[in-house]
Amino acid sequence: MYEEILEQSTFSSPEALSYFPNVNEYKVGIDDYLHIIEEASKKVEIPIIGSLNGTTNSGWIDYAKHIQQAGAKGLEVNIYYIPTDLDLGGREVEEKYLEIVTLLKKSVTIPVAVKLNPYFSSMANMAKKLVEAGADALVLFNRFYEPDFDIEDMSISHALQLSSPGEIRLPFQWLAILYGRLDTSLAATTGVGSSKEIIKYLLAGADCTMTASALLKHGIPFITHMLDEVKSWMNARKFDSIKQWQGKMSQMNVEDPSMYERANYIKLLKGYQIPSIDARIRNNISRQ
Amino acid sequence: MMDGNEAAAYVAYRVNEVCAIYPITPSSPMAEHADVWSAKGITNIWGNIPQVVEMQSEGGAAGAVHGSLQAGAMTTTFTASQGLMLMLPNMYKIAGELTPAVFHVAARSLAAQALSIFGDHTDVMAARTTGLAMVASASVQEAHDMALICQAATLRSRIPFIHFFDGFRTSHEIGKIEIISDHIIREMIDDNLVYAHRQRALSPDHPFIRGTAQNPDVYFQGRETVNAFYNATPAIVQEMMDKFAALTGRRYNLFDYLGAPDAEEVIILMGSGVETVKETVKYLNENGRKVGVLQVRLFRPFPSDYFFEKLPASVKRIAVLDRTKEIGATGEPLYLDVVNSYFEKGAATAKPIDVKIVGGRYGLGSKEFTPAMVKGIYDHLQKEQLRNHFTIGIEDDVTHTSLPYDADFSIEKEKVTRALFFGLGSDGTVGANKNSIKIIGENTDLFAQGYFVYDSKKSGSKTISHLRFGPEPIHAPYLIEQANFIACHQFNFLEKIDLLKYAENNAVFLLNSPYGPDEVWENIPVAVQQKIIEKKLRFYVIDALSVAAKTQMGRRINTIMQTCFFALSGVLPRDEAIAHIKKAIEKTYFTKGRPVIERNFLAVDTTLENLNEVQVPEKTLGVEEKVAERANGIPEFVKGVTIPMMDGLGDQLPVSALPIDGTYPSGTTKWEKRNIADQVPVWEPDLCIQCGNCSFVCPHGVIRAKFYHEKWLDDTPETLKSAPINARGFPQTNYTLQIYTEDCTGCTLCVDACPVKSPVESGKRAINMAPNTEEIRKESQESSRYFEAIPWNDRSKVDFSSVRGSQFLEPLFEFSGACSGCGETPYLSLLSRLFGDRLVIANATGCSSIYGGNLPTTPWSKNAEGRGPAWSNSLFEDNAEFGLGMRVAVDKQSEMDISLLKKFTNELDPGLVEAILTAPQKTESQIRTQRERVGTLKGQLLKLDSAAARELLSVVDHLVRRSVWLIGGDGWAYDIGSAGVDHALASGRDINILVLDTEVYSNTGGQMSKATPTAATAKFAYGGKAVGKKDLALQAISYGNVYVAQIAMGANPQQTLLAMREAEAYPGPSLILAYSHCIAHGIPMEAGMHQQKLAVESAYWPLLRYNPELRKSMRNPFVLDSPGPRKQLDDYAYNEMRYKILTKTNPAEAERLMLLAKEMVKLRWETYERMAETPASGFTPVH
Repeated sequence: MYEEILEQSTFSSPEALSYFPNVNEYKVGIDDYLHIIEEASKKVEIPIIGSLNGTTNSGWIDYAKHIQQAGAKGLEVNIYYIPTDLDLGGREVEEKYLEIVTLLKKSVTIPVAVKLNPYFSSMANMAKKLVEAGADALVLFNRFYEPDFDIEDMSISHALQLSSPGEIRLPFQWLAILYGRLDTSLAATTGVGSSKEIIKYLLAGADCTMTASALLKHGIPFITHMLDEVKSWMNARKFDSIKQWQGKMSQMNVEDPSMYERANYIKLLKGYQIPSIDARIRNNISRQ
Repeated sequence: MMDGNEAAAYVAYRVNEVCAIYPITPSSPMAEHADVWSAKGITNIWGNIPQVVEMQSEGGAAGAVHGSLQAGAMTTTFTASQGLMLMLPNMYKIAGELTPAVFHVAARSLAAQALSIFGDHTDVMAARTTGLAMVASASVQEAHDMALICQAATLRSRIPFIHFFDGFRTSHEIGKIEIISDHIIREMIDDNLVYAHRQRALSPDHPFIRGTAQNPDVYFQGRETVNAFYNATPAIVQEMMDKFAALTGRRYNLFDYLGAPDAEEVIILMGSGVETVKETVKYLNENGRKVGVLQVRLFRPFPSDYFFEKLPASVKRIAVLDRTKEIGATGEPLYLDVVNSYFEKGAATAKPIDVKIVGGRYGLGSKEFTPAMVKGIYDHLQKEQLRNHFTIGIEDDVTHTSLPYDADFSIEKEKVTRALFFGLGSDGTVGANKNSIKIIGENTDLFAQGYFVYDSKKSGSKTISHLRFGPEPIHAPYLIEQANFIACHQFNFLEKIDLLKYAENNAVFLLNSPYGPDEVWENIPVAVQQKIIEKKLRFYVIDALSVAAKTQMGRRINTIMQTCFFALSGVLPRDEAIAHIKKAIEKTYFTKGRPVIERNFLAVDTTLENLNEVQVPEKTLGVEEKVAERANGIPEFVKGVTIPMMDGLGDQLPVSALPIDGTYPSGTTKWEKRNIADQVPVWEPDLCIQCGNCSFVCPHGVIRAKFYHEKWLDDTPETLKSAPINARGFPQTNYTLQIYTEDCTGCTLCVDACPVKSPVESGKRAINMAPNTEEIRKESQESSRYFEAIPWNDRSKVDFSSVRGSQFLEPLFEFSGACSGCGETPYLSLLSRLFGDRLVIANATGCSSIYGGNLPTTPWSKNAEGRGPAWSNSLFEDNAEFGLGMRVAVDKQSEMDISLLKKFTNELDPGLVEAILTAPQKTESQIRTQRERVGTLKGQLLKLDSAAARELLSVVDHLVRRSVWLIGGDGWAYDIGSAGVDHALASGRDINILVLDTEVYSNTGGQMSKATPTAATAKFAYGGKAVGKKDLALQAISYGNVYVAQIAMGANPQQTLLAMREAEAYPGPSLILAYSHCIAHGIPMEAGMHQQKLAVESAYWPLLRYNPELRKSMRNPFVLDSPGPRKQLDDYAYNEMRYKILTKTNPAEAERLMLLAKEMVKLRWETYERMAETPASGFTPVH
């Protein structure tokens, strides 16, 4: 967009071949991002992980190289891809993902995490293939920014909705399923609004949890608050280390692994109780 | 690879310490380079960074140069044309004081019967009496070399120099040159002479006085004191040329002769034309002729002594060519110098001079000067009778000065690739071609030349790129007429331009076509097919738009077409070329991020897969289409002159076809029908609330509304859309919103302004963009014919006070060539609707004078009665004075009217006379009535047929009040014309000044003015503007009797309307500052009105009106029309690249300046708020 605006009407009028001084010298786009990685790597001791989006293969590679050169200790690739092509089969989509990972691994030496979406026919198999292609970690899951409608003027709205704790179930289900079964590191993202979600993700088996929404809502110092709460939870249970309880609730560690499968769904349905009339009335009143 | 401007500026920057600059075409890039180099910290040869200071005018720049020189700094400036004229007074001073300096001039025409931005020597010739020495460069390399030779010579001789080269030829021609190393520049510049210059400077440590006033006793002698210095100058220049030759191997002389040693016919000239003549001489001599050419480098002081050294003794006939016209003289300047040199030689030797010398004019206003014309001159020199004071290159059928020539004669060399590219300004063709020249010039041993031709429109402008590549240096400063490669980047050009007339046999023809190789043939015009067959062209097609779409390049087809050129032209091996293109892409877009680079790479790779050769059939297919008939009723002048110009045939118009005094008919844009928009608005009558917003904001007068009795619909086709009018009291009345699709630029401002949203269809409004299909176009053609038959609504019955009402007034400013989405033209359109039939406009040079008055067609038009705005442009600097002069003349003639009319009380109907003399003329209906009275009066006067009646008739129209407007941009009002604006405001006269404030010099490409806001970048403010914007409103308010308004149509159209009407009604001076979004703000133009709104909401641009009439009745004259800040300045500013750029180039400075800007905005708002609350007695009283 930047270059399109800067270049609009250049070389159109003999008197004004351009409208800005030396257009080509402006640093826009990735340069800013690389600069942040470079500065952050110098200023903090924790490893900085670069993150990138992209579509063409060569684009990913060159991006990745720049990020590594800027000092990132790891790289997360966010494959944000909505296959709208009616003629594009699922296998082809999968191969696109795998090709990106293979190429990336060839071009950088820092670990590569793949942030993916949950919409694969066989999520577990896809996870396995990604690991085989070289992914050093999987990040579950990215959220597509689905559009919303404004029914007044019948328009599409794209207001960004921050993730909410209610959304953590899908990621932690798959974390719990994959935990211990793949030789890779697992990260959880989406819906981390408090220490509760952190704990749940870790119990499911995550090596790492991520949040942006909570910090956007409450500010950066909220990290400390959440970590303190995790510590309190651990203290109450006499845990000294996360390792002691990480993955405790994963599919391989729970008493009844079928809870993560279809049986779970049937039980849930059967177990659903219609709220009493009193409760429904109360709900209605409180809504009013 | 660089153009002449950069080549000259490169040296000038290195050998100076101060550059005083001001933008003017075509020299602006020299100043822009200097400004950027200085901002980047590039040093001169002494290791310091030159200071670059932008002045308020060239007069100011010359004054600053003079001052800087007097204070001892090495100082230069860059200018052209009218700019040089403003420098003249100082140039006499600088020369009179023997001060070394070089003025670099991209020589350009002067405005006479019309302005011309193009090249000739009229400007420098007007400076030849200033006492500056004058050196002419003929090529890009010479512009580079002479810049240094002049600098060395000025230091040595103490005579200041004009170094000039041809504007829009050498200045803009890109060529491969050898750059002079700093080491050589150091060798050429003698530091002792620099120290001597400093020693001569004014200093309180050894004071003296310079700049005295002299009396009759000594002034004359004083003038003669400098003779020895001028006498010595030619030898000094030659010595510097010799020294330069020793250092670089490039030899120059004051005069250089090329041609047969025994030539009898010789042409003498200077500037880029020399190259053309030299090449033609070589060709002619190789073909048996014996001719020669003498190149003049040092023109002033004219070195007669050296002149004869170079000319062969065999010379019998000389044609001296001047690229200027000196009306009334016995000949043009160079011709007279040559004649006089011979005369003096003859007188000295007492021998008869057996040489016939004739003078001729060529190339004025960048008229082409070709080898064919050169041959025409040499052929003429062989004739028995020679025509003196001839012209070449035009047909003068009035005074018969022109020489004939064979236009088909060509000396183009076979081994030179000659490529022509036809594109649009918006498709990036020129950018890609500049890139190709760099690739070839910098990576191969080939020589390259590029020259680019643009049309005069700012939207939908066509470009033609002329590229030459060859194994030897290219000396061809003229356009390509026989190309061996032709690329058409826009399929629809095939119908509009006969581009294959430039193709030589067996040339390659590359077409960007939506049709593939198998179906393209039947889809191109038969005439094109014929030329392809006849000329045996190799024909290739690519669907560049589809490749661009596939590779996420949007509509940018330049890289794709560039790749095709390299793949087909064979200038370089294909793989090597592709590798170079990719390298160039990386270099160009390095800072734009990998995705941009990747997209371009992918486009290159995909291009080759999609480039196909067409198997040319032996026969044409289809029926030859008749030339589209243009509308009926075209005036004869338009048919005979305007249309040939529109069709690119203006060069063929003879002298007799053109008006003698620069007078042209109004309203010719309507005959053009450029049809440039991909998307056009379509009206939905059922949804429309008839508010008029779309028509109000339309920059091109494309959307018009009328209401009318439904009987008008009886015989109309369905294409004329209509809806019952949604106002009470108008029974059987319908409303139509007509869209002139073919005149639309597709800006979408109308859709953005539409307040309606369909309740049943997502995103639909009462006006929507749709692809500009043939069907829509035809519908628009048909419906507009019927729409035009319906009369415009009676102006006396239209509600002028509402936006809704204003749509029913006929716009008398229509279909201009302004940028798509222009922020200025909606104000002009409104002005023309409100007061068009009695408007007198003085228009300052700038964007508004270009889209307002640049041929071939002009937008100020007239109504059915034949009335409309009377428009003229004088200069840039004098517009306020020009307009004030008009006002004074109008007042004077009204006064004469009144006194003359009073004498007729007995002869005419006394009631009529009384009514005319006393009628109020404030409202439209009052003015209409007065018009009718004056009409009756005219009839009665005609019948009287007396001398007194004829006298009154000659001024009688002034009895209807005229509205005088002085219009221009901020460059005019804040900078160069500031003193004039101030004076006009102080005059107390009934003038209306409308400042279309884009906050930069838009027309010359976005240079800083005093209206540029703090924290924004602009050319000449590369590092961000640190000083605040001048508050012109407060300045004007301080007079007390000036009506002042600050408006922004996108924020409050109603306030805009009100302010314009109040200003016009106010019988004294008025000033309206109109926020005009602009392409130079770095915004998507469709967001223009939205940005205006944000400018107001952030209180950056408060809406205000100061009405002295209120002060008279002891009411507060200062009204704030916008509420206090509701948005942060950042919310407005950082939508614009002009602000955003600094956050990328210098984030800390951006932050600092933004804080400063915020403080200024706050302070300004608080000041205004206080004023709005001040009682009337707190303001200047008005009498």
